[in-house]
This record gives sequence, structure tokens and C-alpha cells, in this order.
Amino acid sequence: MSGDFPLPPILQTPCSSEPVLITQGAEGRLYKTTYLTPNLPCALKYRPPKPWRHPTLDARLTKHRILSEARILSRCRREGIRVPGVYASDEVGGWLMLEWVPGAPVRVRINEALGDRQSGIEEDEGLKDLMRRIGKAIGDMHAVGVVHGDLTTSNMMLSPKPLNEVDGEPEGQKGCLEGEIVIIDLGLASGSLLIEDRAVDLYVLERAFGSTHPRAECIFDQVLEAYNGTFKQAPAVLKKLEDVRMRGRKRSMIG
Amino acid sequence: MSSEIEVVQLDHIPSRHVIHLALFQDVGNAEFLHKQLLSRNADFEYAFVDASVIVSRLHLLSAVFKAVTSASNDVLKTPNVHSEIVANLAASNNVRNHAHSVIQMTDAPQIAEAYRRYGVSTATKNLVAVKVAENGSPSTEQIAEHLAKNVEGTQVPATDEKLASTADMSKVFKYYKLNGLNWLDKIKDHSAKQKEVEMLVVGAMALRGL
Ligand SMILES: Nc1ncnc2c1ncn2[C@@H]1O[C@H](COP(=O)(O)OP(=O)(O)OP(=O)(O)O)[C@@H](O)[C@H]1O
Ligand SMILES: [Mg+2]
Repeated sequence: MSGDFPLPPILQTPCSSEPVLITQGAEGRLYKTTYLTPNLPCALKYRPPKPWRHPTLDARLTKHRILSEARILSRCRREGIRVPGVYASDEVGGWLMLEWVPGAPVRVRINEALGDRQSGIEEDEGLKDLMRRIGKAIGDMHAVGVVHGDLTTSNMMLSPKPLNEVDGEPEGQKGCLEGEIVIIDLGLASGSLLIEDRAVDLYVLERAFGSTHPRAECIFDQVLEAYNGTFKQAPAVLKKLEDVRMRGRKRSMIG
Repeated sequence: MSSEIEVVQLDHIPSRHVIHLALFQDVGNAEFLHKQLLSRNADFEYAFVDASVIVSRLHLLSAVFKAVTSASNDVLKTPNVHSEIVANLAASNNVRNHAHSVIQMTDAPQIAEAYRRYGVSTATKNLVAVKVAENGSPSTEQIAEHLAKNVEGTQVPATDEKLASTADMSKVFKYYKLNGLNWLDKIKDHSAKQKEVEMLVVGAMALRGL
């Protein structure tokens, strides 16, 4: 199954296996396919032309998004941050081929682990440890001067083994909270060392987390606590986060 | 001397392109081969790559993939698909710069530099030869025969093991700007480290020209 729309031209070429549509977002689609050989899975991130936009402007925007994501991914990778590597890209064709990250989005694993529980979440050491790994992953990324711009639990994968030990398999088990956090979807990321930008990054995650996992909101502090220990300016970022929250609250009262 | 050559099947490449790959060890006539390229002898339309700068098949084939994709989209930046393969091995020179000060590698001096670093030179000992045939021309037999006749060396299968053994990692680290990455130096496990290096190299190439 590849969805109801035509495949992007790059996926209409011969391939050892059928591409699989993984997600279809507002901006683009993500397929699982292979890079070069049948045993190397990859993620193809495709931004189709937007017929409602002026074609020249559309081409320019697509090109910009592809380039900026490719650059920031490579930069993170060079700094030793766990993000998917870039295999290939085509800014005119509107696609990026990325290293396949086995596992599942953190959102999925958290929801599996929560099940229909209403209590005992605050004492769930497995979940709390996952929260701390998230905080550490974000801190490490901020420490090298990158802010993500769209931190959510869908934009992080929980990968059962370190990336470099994996050759495509396995995807890990349902509800399993073990594994490594891999940050993905750096389409809105940028280079920044500003305390403010980092605080906003955390705020975006905090808000997204609260609405995606309301029952787990009580353990979100673990993210911040772990973040606090990751780099020198982290305490200042957390201090700034309080201001950002305040502004957010005021804005929602007015707006 | 048997004339055989590997035909490499790559995913997402239009089927009219057929990729041939050979590795020669202890090449005795690198100077001759280099000269054929310099004089643009049409019988020597190959990507002749110095094996010392290649870490793995994934590394080499990434350059091939990109070149063939460019050829089929008609956006080659060099005279033909073979020169494009060599040029594609070059790392992006903007990895360290910030997003907006991007130097494009489309000008001649940088392409010439890529040929010098990654292409065959008079000093080449081990040689990777790639030939992309189009619509069956030339045939696999013709390519195998022509290479066997013109490259003085021992042809061996271009496996990851062989390529790893002919790689000069100090050159690779220099050309792909991998020196001084502390986290990389700290990886103890040899194969894990090789995989990281491979990914960084491929990533640097993917950014080139963007
Ligand atoms: N490298 C990868 N390996 C495995 N799965 C991936 C990878 N990249 C993305 N995915 C999966 O695809 C989903 C969508 O990817 P991503 O978040 O990058 O796209 P998007 O949200 O559509 O992008 P954008 O927000 O920039 O428009 C992810 O939530 C994840 O499940
Ligand atoms: Mg996303």
C-alpha cells in the first residue's frame, strides 16, 4: 500500500521492494524504502509540490526546507548527536533519503506504556527513566548549538539499540521503554546558542506533551531535571523557561 | 586472465543505466591510465577512483547513485557521468560553515581538486573502476575485456573487506574533515566506528553542491 496519490518520481524507479507509506503530514510524506541495496532500509522524506502556491515560490520554499534539514542533520551528526544520517537529497525533486531509525516514535511507546492506567504513573520508573533520556537528548542537542523548532513526542524515536549496531532490524517491542532517543524531523531546526531559543524549544515540548499525554504530565519534570545536568547554560535556560511560560499564559488569557 | 566484471544493481536507478564495478590491486600502469583521462581519450570513459580514499561500497556507490541520478535528470555539473562520480566523492565544503555562507562546488578549480584527490593519479596503487553503460552500450563483455586488457593489476572482488583494507584512513579523515571529532575518537568498537565514519562521509557527500 502506498497511499492514494502517485508516488514521487524517485520512487517510481526500479526498487527491490515496494515503498511503504509511513506517514502523511500537512507538509509532506514519509516512506520506508531502501537505499542502494535491498538490505539497507531508508526513510524517504518527500515534500510534494503545493498546487495552491505560486510554482516559483513553492519550488524555492521546498528547496529551502530540504537544504536546511539536510544541513542541520549532517551538522548534528558530526557533533555526535543521535539523529538520522543523510544518504542523499534532491532539492529539486523535493526529497531527502535518511538513515532508517528502527523502533517507534516516543509518542507511541509512551501511550502503549500508559495503557488505560489512571494512577501509579508518577511512580513508574520505566517511564520516568524515558523522560530523563529525553531531557538528556535535548540538552545534548542544545549544547552543540542546535534548536529543534518542533519538539514533540512524534519527532523523537525510541530506538531499541544504538544506531550504529543496527542493520535495519529489529523494530523493538510494544510498550518497551528501553532504548536510545533519536531526535528526528529537523525541518524547522536552526543553529542557535540563545538561551531564549532553547527555552522556547522546551516550552513547545512541554505544551505538546501536555496535550498528547495529559496523564503523564505529572512526570514531565523529569525531562527538565535531566536537561538541567547536560550543559553549562542549562540552568539559565530553565530559568528563562519560567518567563516563557508566563508570556504564554498571558497570551492565552488575552487571545 | 578471465574477463569478468561485477554488475551492480542499485535501487532507484532507471533501468537503462547499468553499473559496472571492478577493483584492481597493485596497478602497474597508473600513469598510462591517468594520461588517458587527461587527454580525454574517448575509449577511457571510466570513473577511475584511487581506492585509498574509499572506505566501503556504500561510500563509493553513493557517489555513483548521485551521478546516475543527476545524469538521468540532466543536471550533471561535470562533462559526463564518470567525471561526475569522481567529483561527487568530494565532501561538501560547507559543513562547518553556517547555513547561509554556502560555497557552491560548481566552479572548475574545486572540481579539478576532486579529480586530484579522488581520481587515479600516477601514484595510484589500488584502483576502483566504474563504468556506467546506457541502454546496453557498451556491453558488459566489452567493458570487462577492455579493462582487463588496459589495466595492469590483479582484479579482485570489490568487497567491503577489500575496500577497508585498501583505504588510507588518514587521508579519508583529512579529506572529509573528521579530525578532532572527540566523540568519534572515543568509540572503542572498531566496526561501530567504521560505520560512523561511513555515515559521516556519505553525509558530507550528500551535502555537496547543495
Ligand atoms: N529516519 C526515520 N526512520 C524511521 N522513521 C522515521 C524517520 N523519519 C521519520 N520517521 C517516521 O515518520 C514520521 C514523520 O516524519 P517527520 O516527523 O520527519 O515528518 P513530518 O512531521 O511530516 O515533517 P514536517 O513536520 O517537517 O512536515 C515520524 O513521526 C516517524 O514515525
Ligand atoms: Mg514530524
